[in-house]
Amino acid sequence: MTAVTTFFKQPLVVALILIVALLYLGQSLSPGFASADQILRLLIVASLLGIVAAGQNVVILGGREGIDLSVGGIVSLSAIIAGNVMNGADGGILPAVLACLAAGAFFGFLNGLGVTLLRIPPLVMTLGMLGVLQGLLVVIRQGIPSGRAAPGLSAFVTQPFALGIPGIIWLWIAIGLLMAFMLNRTVFGHRIYAIGSNEHAAYMTGVPVRLMRVGLFMISGMFAAIAGLCLLGYSGSSFANVGEQYMLSSIIAVVFGGTSLAGGKGGYTGTMAGALLLVILQGILTTVNIDESGRQMVFGATLLLLMLFYGRGRAMRA
Amino acid sequence: MTSTTTDMRTSGAGGLRSWLERYPFLPALVIVVALLALNGLFSPNSLSFRSLTGLLSTYMALIMLAIAQTYVVSAGDIDLSAGATLSLVNVAIVVLMERWGGGAGAVLLALALGVLIGLACGLVNGLVVAALRLQAIVATFATSIFFIGLALYVMPVAGTPAPALFWHTYGGRLLGLPFVFYVLAALAVLLYLLSRTRIVTELLAVGDDQQAAYQTGLPVVAVRIRGYLLSGLFSALAAFCLTGDTASGDPLVGGKMTLYSVAAVVLGGSALAGGWTTVVGSLLGALTIGLVNSLVFFMGTPSEWQNFVQGLAILLVLMAGVLAGRRARV
Repeated sequence: MTAVTTFFKQPLVVALILIVALLYLGQSLSPGFASADQILRLLIVASLLGIVAAGQNVVILGGREGIDLSVGGIVSLSAIIAGNVMNGADGGILPAVLACLAAGAFFGFLNGLGVTLLRIPPLVMTLGMLGVLQGLLVVIRQGIPSGRAAPGLSAFVTQPFALGIPGIIWLWIAIGLLMAFMLNRTVFGHRIYAIGSNEHAAYMTGVPVRLMRVGLFMISGMFAAIAGLCLLGYSGSSFANVGEQYMLSSIIAVVFGGTSLAGGKGGYTGTMAGALLLVILQGILTTVNIDESGRQMVFGATLLLLMLFYGRGRAMRA
Repeated sequence: MTSTTTDMRTSGAGGLRSWLERYPFLPALVIVVALLALNGLFSPNSLSFRSLTGLLSTYMALIMLAIAQTYVVSAGDIDLSAGATLSLVNVAIVVLMERWGGGAGAVLLALALGVLIGLACGLVNGLVVAALRLQAIVATFATSIFFIGLALYVMPVAGTPAPALFWHTYGGRLLGLPFVFYVLAALAVLLYLLSRTRIVTELLAVGDDQQAAYQTGLPVVAVRIRGYLLSGLFSALAAFCLTGDTASGDPLVGGKMTLYSVAAVVLGGSALAGGWTTVVGSLLGALTIGLVNSLVFFMGTPSEWQNFVQGLAILLVLMAGVLAGRRARV
């Protein structure tokens, strides 16, 4: 394979090319789609998804069928916790951040315990946790109002922060740099790939596999919690199951970024492009004037088509 | 046969293991019996013939969907579009029955078409997952979006009623027995016949070790497609039961049921990784979910706490199911 074809087979390159193509398509379908304002709006929405996908990404990289179906529940829970802790006052932002992170870490910790100590498959464990979280949301909603976002938080998410770009996009960039550094330059990051590609070998070389895995689920919970907080800032107030959409779309963003669901292979830079790709696609479908059924059909078919560009399984060989 | 002598010789833990090996759904059965007893304790009336019939007709759709899921799980795959297939068949048959006048002929013709739609959905899934080799979780999620789009095209808003003939039959009696018992009996015959075919054995072989199955000459791609076809078929049957129970069409009705079907498979003692599954267990797993829900209600749980307690109870039973299933396999 020549260097050129190798270059064009990289998931990140594929995603970036598709992003440009989709922006061009959006612009020609509805002029103004690719204007600076619109692109900033898409980036804000993409950063919410991208932050959830960061946690999903490390859990998937850690292998052993790693997946976190509870992220959507944690996003919803975090949004309602944040709304009540800050309740419209800027002074409440810091306590809200801490409360959300604690909640995300707690449920991630429970997921990790089930997966490691009891050896429950991650899909089952996090699916069960999702049910618990949804029940908890009902309980919380009965007792207290949904709460309001502090003006400072809303401004951070929706208003320009520096260089005309909202704070949440800066936050996403920072998370991207942090993830790239962690995955490529730290022992912890290297160990994620190690347990993801061969858990037993990693264990034999002294990697604390169980501790690592609990840590990965806690990271996933905390990223989902941050996203929930920012989502509250984006919409002003939270509503029931506001985070539900993130459960499977975060997994798709990771897959579009070139991370293998089998674990041990991939990275976060691709996932960021994958999240952006997914959001632009949804953006185009909402601007095009077709009814809901057509929109869903086109969305589903396009997702399938895009998946053909990424990590297809190998053909069986004798 | 050597296994019979082993059975007679061993007792205690070893005997239990061989029992579990032969009847992997035993833990699920114990859980169902325990839940029935608890239901009876909190509300003796809940064990009446009438209540149990009601429970069965409400949860028959989930039972069918759990069985649908079991066949793809056998081959190590998963079908996140099972609920969407159910929705599509649900709205399609309701619309067709209404359009054709709601008579017996219309109902039967609509059901036949419903089966074909279910099979078509299964074929699409099988092609994208097995032939195009896309990852099952994300690919069937994508097809589920497509199927929901189709369902919304057929019926944009929920509420079209099913003809009275159809739901009167499903909820009524035939020769003195509730109709749902005939559904259960037909299901048992169908499952028995399927278990006698090679299809199920081949699915399990592929799920156990895909490479080995391929090297022994199994057409792995075709086998996996057959798994998805079975999933589509049983999703369609699930839609029939659901339509009989709710008596109307709703393009989004199946959305929540997909994850419950996965949970029911695990509750029943099957391994999600494939190669080790039990359809009887999945049937019991679906009943477990129904019984947990009714128990939480009969215990007098405050309404706002019901979802939470249900979620917690299902999580705990899921854990128990995984642990018991592993005991049987090791």
